[in-house]
Amino acid sequence: MPSEKPSKTRKEFIVGAAAAVAAAAAAWAKISPGKKTASSPAKSAPERRGHRWGMVIDLDRCTGCQACGVACSVECNMMLGTPEEASLGRVIRWLKILPETTIRDGRVRQSLKPMLCQQCDDPPCVHVCPVSATFLSPEGIVGQVYARCIGCRYCVNACPYTCKFFNWDEPQWPQDVRMPFNPDVSVRYKGIVEKCLFCHHRLQRAKDKAREENRELREGDYTVACQTVCPTQAIAFGDLNDPKSDVAKLAASPRARRLLEELGAEPKVIYLQEVS
Amino acid sequence: MSQSIAADLTAVGHSQAIDMERVEEAVLKPLVNPAGWRFAAFAWLLAAVFATGLAAWAWQIHKCLGVTGLGVPIFWGTYIINFVWFIGISHAGTLISAILRITDAAWRRPFTRIAETITIASLPFAVTCVIVDLGRPDRLLNVLLYPHMTSPLLWDVCCITAYFITSCLYFYIALIPDFATCRDRLAGKVSGWKEKLYRWGAFGWKGTEAEVRVHRGFMTALSIVLLALVVSVHTNVGFVFGMTSKPGWHTAVIGPYFVIGAAFQGLGALSFFIVLVRRAFHLEWIIPEEGLQQLRKFFLALTCFWGYFTGAELLTTFYGQHTAEMAVFNAKWFGQYSVSFWAMIAGCFFIPFYLLVTGRKNIERNLLWAGFIGNIGMWLERYTIIVPSGSRPFLPWGIGHYALSMVEWAIFAAWVAGFFLVFFLFARVLPMLTIWEIEEA
Repeated sequence: MPSEKPSKTRKEFIVGAAAAVAAAAAAWAKISPGKKTASSPAKSAPERRGHRWGMVIDLDRCTGCQACGVACSVECNMMLGTPEEASLGRVIRWLKILPETTIRDGRVRQSLKPMLCQQCDDPPCVHVCPVSATFLSPEGIVGQVYARCIGCRYCVNACPYTCKFFNWDEPQWPQDVRMPFNPDVSVRYKGIVEKCLFCHHRLQRAKDKAREENRELREGDYTVACQTVCPTQAIAFGDLNDPKSDVAKLAASPRARRLLEELGAEPKVIYLQEVS
Repeated sequence: MSQSIAADLTAVGHSQAIDMERVEEAVLKPLVNPAGWRFAAFAWLLAAVFATGLAAWAWQIHKCLGVTGLGVPIFWGTYIINFVWFIGISHAGTLISAILRITDAAWRRPFTRIAETITIASLPFAVTCVIVDLGRPDRLLNVLLYPHMTSPLLWDVCCITAYFITSCLYFYIALIPDFATCRDRLAGKVSGWKEKLYRWGAFGWKGTEAEVRVHRGFMTALSIVLLALVVSVHTNVGFVFGMTSKPGWHTAVIGPYFVIGAAFQGLGALSFFIVLVRRAFHLEWIIPEEGLQQLRKFFLALTCFWGYFTGAELLTTFYGQHTAEMAVFNAKWFGQYSVSFWAMIAGCFFIPFYLLVTGRKNIERNLLWAGFIGNIGMWLERYTIIVPSGSRPFLPWGIGHYALSMVEWAIFAAWVAGFFLVFFLFARVLPMLTIWEIEEA
């Protein structure tokens, strides 16, 4: 019958077209270097060359003593803050303990998390900055250019972890607090955004030292302040791209997870916690 | 076209066809007559409020944003709300004049100039709101020196700049023939600087056929460009919020929702000012009631659109039951922000809806109030979009509180006063009705 023929060809055409589209899509997926989808922290490591600095925090070891927060404040010349500023949430601490209260099976559970910039591989704050004042360094540290920031606070809003901070007032330091400022870390001023930089001044020092000694950077050369003071050694820090490093091994643990993983920001701070 | 206007006039009790001599005289009267002490007092009051706000801004620049009520985790407040709100008001002009000019709706003719004046008067205040919100306004130029094109804020800069320039051009080009009318009719009757303004503004306009042809062609082309810009501007303002993953902001509907909200708000502002100008300058016979009835229907349609978008957005959020989204949702419906939320629903939908549906008889009063309340409702809408989302971050950092500080109130009041002041001063210098368009009818 004549009516059958065109319908058959139409069907063939559709099938053929669908196959062609599928083939093209497959080819595109293969050649395009596009973003990887849902990857575990350990798996995504080998895809990048060079260093990829990351942190692992073992919540089963953390006692919530806040030594990390104190070390961070001293190391990075944090503002002191007044009680009035504290009541408005304006005191800046790059590392803070986040208390989380959950109720499970009628029991109240309190958990404590040391929270710092999660150093995302796909940082939402970097995308939204209108003046490129915040950026992702080739070694995976999210940086902030204080001298360029216009203080629009868009990045602060875009950060799902609320780990960027705005200087609402000119920070005040009494003279005796000014004396022991860390000379390696710039002092911030009013109207700009700041954040944890993974003690990148220590990375500069470590690199200088390695260059002097004419060698490559080794595991343990570059440490961060919060890690070094942790009394329970709950914080590990190092190169996630180095499969032999502590952080890379810990990141592969079945206890490893990242906060708000579903948002796809690919953070490089990994939390270890037994799931009960 | 002249038939419909004549019909309008018949409807409001005028039997003879429109007389251009009389129209020109009536429209140009406010430009000639001295303002009177009441206007002067009002203008000085507005100027004083504006000056106070400028002083508050100077104080804020000196002390930085600590003088606001903002903190963690509510990082954006009144200034950003006002920015979105003023952009919404500015949509009056372009919406009415561009859409209605393209579709050649006859009833628009007496409205277009007022609409465009609202745009020109509100846009500078919208833009400066963002500058007031900056922690380092002295580094504003960095936006041009180091532009980062993936930032929705920069898309805004581009769109709003284009919008402002095109709006100014549109406003001015529509004014050229009227400047010429002023030049010809008001010579010797007004003060020297006004005469100079009209002479230069008219740009040697003689009203020849060729001039008129070019003028009309340009107006149509600009209308089309402006229409695209109007949509892009408020979509992008919505994108500033929608592109982040923040609960309550991250929704695909936010772009179109902002456009509809702005159109609603702009029409509200227009209704308000039309009634004001009509009353103050006794122009009832040129702005016929029939036109106000059309405006009422258009406004009513947009009120319904606003309700539809709001309903769609709320139902989607509620049905999804996403934990972080629901925290914001509950804060709006039942919690901390329920007063502003329900006031917004009333102010943006129920009250204007009621006033407009029942407004056939008391058209002037109802339009004025619907426009006024609709605009307050839209301020609350921007508030309930921006602040509750800030107060409920993903992680349990604690619930944020935000109350406007005195500095914020002062700047808010100043910007509103400044907008009114610019509008009223324009009304004393420029003809508030588009004479050539009425003539054309």
